[in-house]
Amino acid sequence: MANAVFRVTGLTKIYRTGDVEVRALNGVDMELFEGEMAVLLGPSGSGKSTLLNIIGGLDDATSGEVRFRDQELSAYSERQLTKFRRDHVGFVFQFYNLIPSLTARENVALVTEVSKSPMEPETALSMVDLEDRMDHFPAQLSGGEQQRVAIARAIAKRPEVLLCDEPTGALDSKTGILVLEALAHINEELGTTTAIITHNAAIQQIAHRVISFIDGKISSVHVNQTRLDPAEVVW
Amino acid sequence: MILHPLDKKLLRDLGRLWAQGLAVAMVMACGVATLILSVGAYRSLDETRSAFYDRYRFGSVFASVVRAPVHLKEQISALHDVSAVEQRTVKFVILDIPGMTEPATGLAVSLPDFDQPAVNRLYLRKGRLPEPSRTNEVAVVETFAEAHGFVPGDRFEAVINGSKQSLTITGIVLSPEFIYAIGPGDMVPDQRRFGVLFMSRSVLSGLFDMDGAFNDLALTTLRNADTTRIIEEVDAILKPYGGTGAYGRKDQTSHAFLDAELTQLKAMATVIPPIFLFISAFLVNMILSRLIALEREQIGLLKAVGYGNGSIVWHYAKLVIVIALVGLIIGSIAGYWLGHGLTVLYGEFFSFPFLIFRQSTDLYFLAGGVTIAAALAGAAKAVWTTVSLPPAIAMRPPAPTVYRSFLAGFQRGLSMFSQLTIMAFRHLLRWPVRTFLTTLGTSLSVALLITALFASDSIDFMIDTIFFKADRQDATLSFSGDRAPSALNDVKKLPGVMRAEPFRTTAATIRNGHLEQRMTIIGVSEEAILSRLLDVELQSVEPPPNGLLLSERVAYKLRLRPGDHTEIELQERNQRIVSVPIAAVEKDTDPPERIGSLLNLPVIGIEQSYVGLTAHMRLEALDRMMLDGRKISGARIAVDSAKLDELYEAVKNTPALGSIALQGISRDRFRETIEQNIITSMTVYIALAVIITFGVIYNSARIQLSERARELASLRVFGFTRAEVSSVLLTEIAVIVLLAQPLGWLLGYGFAWSVIQGFESDLFRIPLIIHSDTFAIATLVVFAAAIVSALIVRRRIDRLDLVRVLKTRE
Repeated sequence: MANAVFRVTGLTKIYRTGDVEVRALNGVDMELFEGEMAVLLGPSGSGKSTLLNIIGGLDDATSGEVRFRDQELSAYSERQLTKFRRDHVGFVFQFYNLIPSLTARENVALVTEVSKSPMEPETALSMVDLEDRMDHFPAQLSGGEQQRVAIARAIAKRPEVLLCDEPTGALDSKTGILVLEALAHINEELGTTTAIITHNAAIQQIAHRVISFIDGKISSVHVNQTRLDPAEVVW
Repeated sequence: MILHPLDKKLLRDLGRLWAQGLAVAMVMACGVATLILSVGAYRSLDETRSAFYDRYRFGSVFASVVRAPVHLKEQISALHDVSAVEQRTVKFVILDIPGMTEPATGLAVSLPDFDQPAVNRLYLRKGRLPEPSRTNEVAVVETFAEAHGFVPGDRFEAVINGSKQSLTITGIVLSPEFIYAIGPGDMVPDQRRFGVLFMSRSVLSGLFDMDGAFNDLALTTLRNADTTRIIEEVDAILKPYGGTGAYGRKDQTSHAFLDAELTQLKAMATVIPPIFLFISAFLVNMILSRLIALEREQIGLLKAVGYGNGSIVWHYAKLVIVIALVGLIIGSIAGYWLGHGLTVLYGEFFSFPFLIFRQSTDLYFLAGGVTIAAALAGAAKAVWTTVSLPPAIAMRPPAPTVYRSFLAGFQRGLSMFSQLTIMAFRHLLRWPVRTFLTTLGTSLSVALLITALFASDSIDFMIDTIFFKADRQDATLSFSGDRAPSALNDVKKLPGVMRAEPFRTTAATIRNGHLEQRMTIIGVSEEAILSRLLDVELQSVEPPPNGLLLSERVAYKLRLRPGDHTEIELQERNQRIVSVPIAAVEKDTDPPERIGSLLNLPVIGIEQSYVGLTAHMRLEALDRMMLDGRKISGARIAVDSAKLDELYEAVKNTPALGSIALQGISRDRFRETIEQNIITSMTVYIALAVIITFGVIYNSARIQLSERARELASLRVFGFTRAEVSSVLLTEIAVIVLLAQPLGWLLGYGFAWSVIQGFESDLFRIPLIIHSDTFAIATLVVFAAAIVSALIVRRRIDRLDLVRVLKTRE
């Protein structure tokens, strides 16, 4: 087995609002390995997004440990977490989170400007087949195109991990497949460790590994012996 | 009481928006306060003045004459519409006040024996009026008495027509004629050094050899009388006796100064409140547009469940009205309080026997109406846009904002900016109207500051010009009548006098066609170095050997330019009056051609003078014109400051002196008074400007933050630091604040210019001088206010909830 990029042990996250206590993660142990494409599968509220946010440095855990390579992420300060996100992580969200006032190219350049060894924004955009739409603003692009810009933006800085939270959640199946193809292509081409969160079980077939969540715990981990090409996935 | 759910929502909205709402309410409060303050003080002051004028029969027409017989009274009283006539003896005297080293100047005014005057009656504050049977009794004006702590029974000495008299104060009075009392050579009232004394006519005429004669006239007219006609008729009657020209209230010093003050209040009432109301309307528009954009789906839902447009509009209108009411209440209290204070201040500065506070309820209604209307106007578009949508569309999120590429075709050119900067620029350009209005709002605070601060530049310049370039003498001595030139030697012999320069004055009417101006022509020596004439570029010029040097204001009023010829009528050479056409003067050295008192002189140049209306000639030329030999009216002197006290003592005992003006003290006094005023007004204006800047910048930053929270949170997710993320918003604010500077400077210059125009009168003019420091200070204050408001908003950026914003759809 390859090296673990993330190693999570006993991770617990409790949200308190007033008197109500919600245990979003309840003692999770998990690893993400170099170069793998993992699908984190589970119904909404099962804790998968919380986990992604914590390993992505967007949120802190109530208890437990997160290690990124040999670093203890859970001990990072706010400033260190910002630097960690900047240098190592690419994010893709359900609602794209593009900057409406920047064109596709500029949205990518936004990130490459502050990265150490980025690819050209144009290269990143052609990897997601958007070389023709580079100077369009988000409002001039379809949902699938916007999500592909978001992917290009996430990978342009050559991150070690790509964290995708419901990347196809807001898209129809046809465009969703295009987005998955882009993700699979990048995983293969660049070897970027990719974690995809979804509640859509069909998507699990494109992963190396499938980690299933229920009620803040991992219910099963399954390794796909044969992976499907995204184009073959149907939902 | 059960609140309607929509009203509960309203209360919660207000609770959430309190900071922004309060910022807007404060801007509104400034508008309301300045309106109530200025209009309230204006009305109170105007009412007080009218009441004082009415009850104490303030004259409508005034005239001075060299010496006219009292029997003219019948002729003057008989003029159509003249209701009362008072003939008086009015003379300057030098006063020797116990405990005061420098001499003071008194204006002695005669009172009818045994009675109050028919015109310009006195308000008796304390004691009684002087009696004709007692030579040494005087009533003094209250300001003068207060400055010296005088009470009835106190004494002081005066040099009256060459003899020193000990005077006893019998009463302390106020006169509608001397609400603003200013001494000769002074630029602001100095109650210590100038006082008006009232003495019985028989006593005063005896002292001045004016038995059976008068030298001053005041008359009242019936309502709606044609004063212009009366002035002409009075002039005709007085002309043979050396009438120096009758004039109406507008040229009466006290009235004119009071009027200038009232005009200023009125200008304040018409200019400043609208600025604040305009800004608050814009701010309300900004806040409500955003609130409604956020609540678009709720509005759609309300409509879907059956709420009519009316109730939705009313719901938002109530929110706006509550904000306006808060502003109105704060503004009304502040306005009432400040207005009261200002009126009392005016009451002290001007001398009124009583103060009438006009409580104008209409004003509060007006302020309330205008404020609420401005707020609703600001809200109208925002509410309407949403209400006009069908519910189904309203419930869906709005279409994403479409941005356009600025500098289209120059994509590469943009590479010099970071994407964060481009974000800021695009956002500014995407909402050009909002950007412009925010800029305009900010620039108005810059302009307001410049308007408040420039006065100090202009006045410093004026002081420098008047006291250090033009009138550099330490004092001006005026004889009680014209003297032979040898009198200058007597002046030179006075202790401490290092240099003395003679001058001669005469009253004249200068004409150009149908335009005419009564004024004093001053003859000065070409060797004068203490008191110098300045041209319009403020360079020293010699008095012309022949012809006149007119002040800019006179030249403008008479439409005269250098090289033009003007007709002069000498008022005091009364025995010879002929009016015939005039031939032109040919050569400089020729004496002016004269027929009777009518002369024709060329205008040689235009001089700069900020005070009064002036015309200068060379002393010898004036002597030639007057045809009565060489004479001098007084001297300007430079004094050894170590010997000032001795000089003062000598002046108090010099019979020939009519009055003394102490320029050095005038200058200090002027500076002191003006500085006090400037500090007060600066404090007020800085506060107003800070409130505007804060209101505008804080609100616009808050709204941007609300609109872009998601965008900014995304940036944080991508690994941008807090400082980098804040820079997007701060860049926008910085661009707006920077753009606002030149615009604000320009507007401020314009405001300052209009203030100067408002001040310009025959009495004085203020040069428009704005130093670069003033622009810089205005800018720095606005920068500081903007930085503070930006930092408050920045703290919110730091606290953005990254996870939550990513999960929500815009």
